[in-house]
Formats: sequence, structure tokens, C-alpha cells
Amino acid sequence: MTTTIIKTTTRLLAPLILVFGSYIILHGHLTPGGGFQGGAVFASGLILLIVANVRDKVQELFEKTPLTQLESLGALGFLGIGLLGLMSYTFLKNAIANSGFLFGGTTPQGINPGYLNTGGTLSYLNIFVGTKVLAGLTSIILIFFLILRRERDEW
Amino acid sequence: MNGSLFVNFPFIVVALLLALGFYTIGFKRNLIKVVIGVEILEGAVNMFIVALGYVKGGYAPIYTQAPQEAVGKMVLPTPQALTLTSIVIGVAVTALMLAFAVNIYRHYGTLDVTRVRRLRG
Amino acid sequence: MIEHLPALMVALPLFGAFIAPLFKKHYKGVSIWAIFITGISVVLSLLLTKEVVTNGIIMYVFGADKPTLVLPSGYVVPIRIMFEVDAMGAFMAISATLMSFVGAIYSYSHVKKDTGLEKYYALLMLLEAGILGMVLTGDLFNLFVFLEIAGIAGSALVGFRNYRGEASEAGIKYLMVSSVASLMVLFAVGIFYGQYGNLNLAYIAKNVSFNMVDMIALGLLFASFAMKCGAVPMHYWVPDAYTEVPAGINPPLLVATYASLYALFRVSFTLFANVVIDLARVGWIMSILGVLTMFIGVTMALIQKDVKRLMSYHAISQTGYMLLGVGVGLTVLHDPSKLAEFGRDAMAGGVFHIINHIIYKSLLLMTAGALFYVTGTRNLNEMGGLARKMPITTISFMIGAAAISGLPPFNGFASKFLIYETSYRLNPLLTVFAMVTSVLTLASFVKVFASAFLGPPLEKFENKREVPKPMIVAMLILAALCILFGLFPNVVLDKLVYPAVDALINFAQYHSWGGLA
Repeated sequence: MTTTIIKTTTRLLAPLILVFGSYIILHGHLTPGGGFQGGAVFASGLILLIVANVRDKVQELFEKTPLTQLESLGALGFLGIGLLGLMSYTFLKNAIANSGFLFGGTTPQGINPGYLNTGGTLSYLNIFVGTKVLAGLTSIILIFFLILRRERDEW
Repeated sequence: MNGSLFVNFPFIVVALLLALGFYTIGFKRNLIKVVIGVEILEGAVNMFIVALGYVKGGYAPIYTQAPQEAVGKMVLPTPQALTLTSIVIGVAVTALMLAFAVNIYRHYGTLDVTRVRRLRG
Repeated sequence: MIEHLPALMVALPLFGAFIAPLFKKHYKGVSIWAIFITGISVVLSLLLTKEVVTNGIIMYVFGADKPTLVLPSGYVVPIRIMFEVDAMGAFMAISATLMSFVGAIYSYSHVKKDTGLEKYYALLMLLEAGILGMVLTGDLFNLFVFLEIAGIAGSALVGFRNYRGEASEAGIKYLMVSSVASLMVLFAVGIFYGQYGNLNLAYIAKNVSFNMVDMIALGLLFASFAMKCGAVPMHYWVPDAYTEVPAGINPPLLVATYASLYALFRVSFTLFANVVIDLARVGWIMSILGVLTMFIGVTMALIQKDVKRLMSYHAISQTGYMLLGVGVGLTVLHDPSKLAEFGRDAMAGGVFHIINHIIYKSLLLMTAGALFYVTGTRNLNEMGGLARKMPITTISFMIGAAAISGLPPFNGFASKFLIYETSYRLNPLLTVFAMVTSVLTLASFVKVFASAFLGPPLEKFENKREVPKPMIVAMLILAALCILFGLFPNVVLDKLVYPAVDALINFAQYHSWGGLA
């Protein structure tokens, strides 16, 4: 069900969409966006790849990617970060902010040009939620696509 | 009359969408149209929550490269968080309903709501 | 560790649910994992109940420096999501975890022949996490999110056996009712947020007033929660959903329905407690709804041929008993003399009936599942004479049928007696309806017993044997609880039910976050 126009456009556009999705996930604590939004954009890039290819190629391409394991990894990471706060505070407390760890720089007050190294547990939660959402949405569309009977492909 | 209609316009649209959603769920015969009716209803409730968060003269609650006069006048980010959660839940519900619709078509051969009725009594 | 219990109770089933899909094709391993996780959650819920009954309300604020920091420095309104566990919530949490544990044990052998079992157990644990979140929370939007989680997980399990078309039809009906009801709950939550600027249940309860918009919100919340628990004008999804779900999921699905009943009580008693004027009218509406539900449920049940469908109509009618008992209590909530005289006992009868009904209805539905496992059919006209082949199932069925009809010394008698006595004081007509319903319930169960178990054995069941051991263990646990709760109702009433009823009546304790602010 693909045509030449879709294949050419996908070759140019899909990497851009994937990079843009990752940008939205990573900068969730500075600009509008975050885990779910970035994950949904990333998943639409992967769905573009599904739509633009012939059914057999899609099956062989996506059988190797561990979508179920990625989903579980994202969810377990979320719970693990929440349990980090149990050490001396409550569940889901931001225990990494203003300490020295990755993503743990000091947060400036007031208007600032946006430093990526701040944010604490928020950035980790964004990354894990983004992973889970992209795995989940892609597997939904993949299963719907593979149920369709074999149409007469045009390429 | 002029001022109050302009300010309350989002809420009038919410009421219209609610009526449209309930009409589609109740009176359409194709199962896919009924699923779309549930989605319209969900969109109406999301819009209601976002419209509640409007403050005249407020700025978006983002400190990164914000304009100088925005410091004391930012709105609360709570309604946006509520709407985002609701949109995510709506995606999951829609996906599950469409999966059920595909399976119903495979077993019954039709998507007409009045004929998908083996469980009765 | 004890102070982190409310968060751990929701985190543990979620942890189990996220690891379960990794067990691809190792169906035995994932069953044992599910039994393990649900067993630990039973232990945690018993610890939580002991803590709440001795020490009062437990608060847990997520993301703060200490679990009890409700109002941080410089704030006069609560800003974080908090869990507020009182005795009624702990009571529902015990029933949720116990029923998930029993369901997991039963499912070890009931669904052995199906495929895709790692998703089944993941959904079971997600359903348990959703119910636990719903009963432990003190925040309105959190209630909505967990309500949706329980609804989605429940409807995915209703449509689990997708080699039958009827399962998908029941699943989509349940999902549609569940999602429309939840959207109306979200609309009411939006109304509250727009007026008061805050989503905390205790804070809104202190500031709610008697204007038009709040009454619209109350009406929407009442109707949506009544829709989700199968009260009468909106009960059409209950028989389809309870028939098509695999029998190991019937206990948690029942608890999900009664968690919506808990949410209805929480809204009527705690959220709108200070609005004195119309509360008596709401109580009357609840009682009348209860009586209607009882009667219509049992009359529809008398004509069914499918054994699980018959039992689901009885589930609808028993919900009417709970609504009647608590409705009588709500009507006299602001009248101190009548409350001390019969209101408190009526509510105790209603609340005790919740856990009794969950126990014996799960037992009956599991025996119906055992019949389906052995004979392959659910039609009563095709079964007969199975008492010799399946003795333990027969005994469990007899215990369950005696309990549901209210015969002493089983647990149904204790709670029904409380409801009869106290509803007579309010209006004798209500008691008449309740007693007629009991008689009709007994009649329909005699019919099921005679056609399925008694009579000469048929030839096609010649070489059938008793069901496998895990199913027997699950049924015997519930039958033992039936007998125990019936012989010693005072122990249960004093330790579990009366603290729950007092937590609902003394709403001032809830409004001040257990004395913290």
C-alpha cells in the first residue's frame, strides 16, 4: 500500500522526526513537552516507517526489536526512581535535585536561559516514560498492521 | 450580552460537543461511529478543564527565556497536567475499543450495533 | 517501614504487573509469580489494617520531605497528592487483596489451556493495583485515574477469551459504560477544581456549599458511581461482563464493582457531609434505589438458563442490600438520636454485607467455573447428576447457596438480620421487599442445585472427575471464611466493621487530615 512519494519522503523525514521526539523527551523540564509527548512523536516516526514499507520487510524489521522488553524496562525504571526517594523521604521525592549526580546540578531561580543539567528525578522519569510510551504505541499499530490481510502492494 | 458571550464561548462549545457526543453514542448504528462518539465526549471534557484555567493577562509557567514582565503573573500548571493525563487515558481506551471492534467483525461478520446481540435476556 | 505502607501497597502489584510480560511462554513461572505477589500484598494489607485501627488515620504525602507534611511551610492549602487511609479504606483493601490472592490460586489451573497467559496475570495485578489505589486515596483526581485503570484492566480481562465472539461483545459493552461514567466523574472533578482551586478531598469538603453548581456535581458523581456498580437503571452491563470473564477473575472484578460503591459512600458521607439540608433526601433516594435493585435483580434471575448469568443477576440484587443498609444510615446522619438508635447498625449491616457478599458470590461463581471446566457447557438444561462425581464442589455450592439466602449459621444471615431489623424502623415496607427477595433467592438456588447436581448421572459425564487441586484449595478457603464469619460475627463486627462505620460517620476526623492541620 505504499507509493514512491511516501517512500522518498520517509527516507528524508523519518530521522528528523525521531531526533525531534528525543529532543522533546530530554528537554522536558525546560520547555513544554516531556515523557508522553516526546514518546508519542517518536512513535509517529516509527509508525511512518511501518506505513512506508512492504508487509514482509516490516515483519522482519520489527521482529528483531525487543518492544515488550523496552516497555517493561521503562515501567520498572519509573518504579525504581520512585523507590529511590524511600531512603529518607517519601515515595517519588526529588532526591537527585541539587546534588552532584547526572542531571543534578543546582537550579537557578528566576528567568534563565535553560540549563540541561538540572531537573533531578524529573529528567529520569521523562526518559523512562518516553521509552515506555514509544514501545507501547508502536506495538499497538504494529499488531493492527500485521492483522490486515495481504493487500496488493504497489512497489 | 456581548461581553458575557465572548468570555463564555469555550463553555458553550463544551456543551455543544457534549450533546453531539451523547447523540453519536446513542443513535448511530455503526460500531466505529459509536467509538468516535466516545472520543468526542472525551475531547469535550478535556476542553472544559483547559478552559477553566484561563487567567486574563497571565503568562505560561515556564522560566526558560521568559519575558521580563512575566515573573509574578504566571498561571498554575495544574489544569494542563490534568488534561494531559486524561488524553493519555483516552488513547488507551480508544485502542482497546478498536481492538474489540476488529475482533467482533471477525466473529459476527457485521458491525451493525443492532445485530451484534448474541447475549440477551 | 510501617509509615511507607500506603505507597508500597500500590507499588507492589504494579511491580508484579510490569515484570509479568517478560515471562514469555513460561506459563507456570508467571502463575507462581502472581500467587507470590498477591500473597505478599495480603500480608501488607493486614498490617495496614492493624495500624489504622489502633492509631487512627494514616496520611501519606507523595514527594514531600516527611510522609505527614500536609501543609509545607508558607502554604495554607495542601498542594501535593496524598493518600489518606481510614478504617473504611483499609477494610476495602483487605477484601481486594484477599480476593486477588484467591483468584490467582484458582487461575493456576483454570486457564491452563489458554494462551497468552503472561498478559492475563499482568492484567490481574494491574486490576488489583487500580482497586487499591482507588480505596486508599484522598485526592479526587487520583480517584479518577485509578478508576480508569481498574476499568481498562477489567474490560481487557472480560474480553480475554477472544476465540468466542460473545466475549468481545461483553468487553466492549463494559468498556463503553466504564469510560462514559469515568468521563462524567472527570467533568464533576473539573467543576470542583474551577470553583475551589484545589483537588484534595478534605479541603473541598470543608469549603463546599449549597449552590447550584455543586449540586450538579453531586448529581453527576452519584449517577456515575451508581452506573459503575450496577444499580438498577444502569445494570445492563453486569450479566454480560460477569458471564464472559474467566472464573478466576470474578473475585477481583466483583471487588472493582464494590470499590465504586465505596467511592459512592465516600462522596456522600465525607464530601457532602456539611451540606445538611438535602442529605436526608439523598439517603431516601439511595434506599429506594437499593430496593428497586434487589427486586429487579432477583426476578430477572429466576428465568435464566445459563448458570453464570443467573449468578450475576443475583450479584445485582445483593448490591441492593448494601445500598439499602447504608441509605438508611445516610437518611438519619444528621439526627443524633435516631443515628445512635438504628442508623449506625444499619450502616454496619450494609458494610458487613459487602465483605460477606464478596466471599460467597466469589465462591458460587468459582463453582460455576468448576462446572464449566468439567462439563464444557454453562447451560443448566444439559447438566445433571454431578453430585457423585464432584463432591467437594457440591459441598462448596451448598455452603454458598445457604449463605446467599440468609440461612443461619452462615455469614449471610448475620448481615441480613442487621439490615432487616434497622430498615424496619425507618419504613416497614422496605423490610418486606428485602424478605421477599431472600425467599426468591433461595428458590432460584434450589433450582440450580436440583438441575446441576441432583438426579441420575448422564452418560456423557461418565468419566469426569473432580477439578484439580488449586481450584479446590481456592474454593475451600472461601467456604471456610463463610462458616467462620457466620459462627463468630462479633469478632468481625468489632474489629473491622464498626471502625469502618465510625470512620464514615465521624467525618470531622477525615476533614482535618487525622488531626494534622
